[in-house]
Amino acid sequence: MITTVEIWVAIIVIGLGSFLLRFSFTGLVGGRNLPAWVLRHLRYTAVALLPGLVAPLVVWPAATGGTPDAPRMVAAAATILVGLATRNVLAAIGAGAAGLYLTPYLVG
Amino acid sequence: MQPSTPKRDFWRGMRDGAPFILVIIPFGGLFGVVATEAGLNVFEALTFSIVVIAGAAQFTALQLMVEDVPLLIVLISALAVNLRMAMYSAALTPHLGAAPVWQRALCAYFTIDQSFATSQLTFEREPDLPVANKVAYFLGTALAVSPLWWVATVVGALLGKSVPEWMALDFAIPITFLALLTPMLRTLPHVIAALVSIVVALVFAFLPYNLGLLVAGVAAMMAGAEAERRLTRRAAA
Repeated sequence: MITTVEIWVAIIVIGLGSFLLRFSFTGLVGGRNLPAWVLRHLRYTAVALLPGLVAPLVVWPAATGGTPDAPRMVAAAATILVGLATRNVLAAIGAGAAGLYLTPYLVG
Repeated sequence: MQPSTPKRDFWRGMRDGAPFILVIIPFGGLFGVVATEAGLNVFEALTFSIVVIAGAAQFTALQLMVEDVPLLIVLISALAVNLRMAMYSAALTPHLGAAPVWQRALCAYFTIDQSFATSQLTFEREPDLPVANKVAYFLGTALAVSPLWWVATVVGALLGKSVPEWMALDFAIPITFLALLTPMLRTLPHVIAALVSIVVALVFAFLPYNLGLLVAGVAAMMAGAEAERRLTRRAAA
């Protein structure tokens, strides 16, 4: 059983800590110029973190208890392909949703 | 083309962030449900979502508290899950660093996966956008989804029952991120970074507290930067 004190300590400490992480670089570095090699690395932050965030969710979905699952694989592939072909975020989401909901019927 | 105003960029940010509404509502609702099942009341669940404003860390904390893990471990784990926010902050610094400190603090509070991903895509396409416009755009992307995160938490906590399983709502998150990610693959180094990220994240998935993602992030950033350096050198030679 979680006590009320534990809940509030968790909310305050995780909230404060998360803010400090989020403010770490924009707060401390601010408007100063960063060296070229740092900027070169930072250009890849998004493509370095987001695929790694998503990959385990695609391969081992929590909803199936971590078993690879055809509809989710098809949905991911459809999203990537349509996203690459159209460069349109909403079209890619639509393709992913179609893959997710239609695959069970096609595979049977 | 006429220079855009911050106000116009705020609304543009809201529009560009809007697809994530599809994700945030079920995800926030699920948090409300799980929080209620863990014994939190509606006010506590809502405060959690307002103060922490980070889905993955909130789910991690609740999950571990339900399992009676010592509080210190709960706090460390939830913050480790949020370590990527420091990387987001670093990536945003070249764009938002020159803004007044209160604006930077406001943007820091609203730094979530969705606002970062949407803004980074636009800032890379339009590096010369003035800093006031970038701040306005960033806040637009955040305000498209964050208030709904709070509303969905309350609704989930009040309903307290799960969405039907066939909807597979868990998968709304990967799909929206993949959709947002593909336009970012503009150059060979971006593609290399993305591939390294996937491989390393899967190989190090056994690490606790989501640390595999951080290993993947660092490795992929280094791979992207190194690929860029070699390609530029070859082009110059």
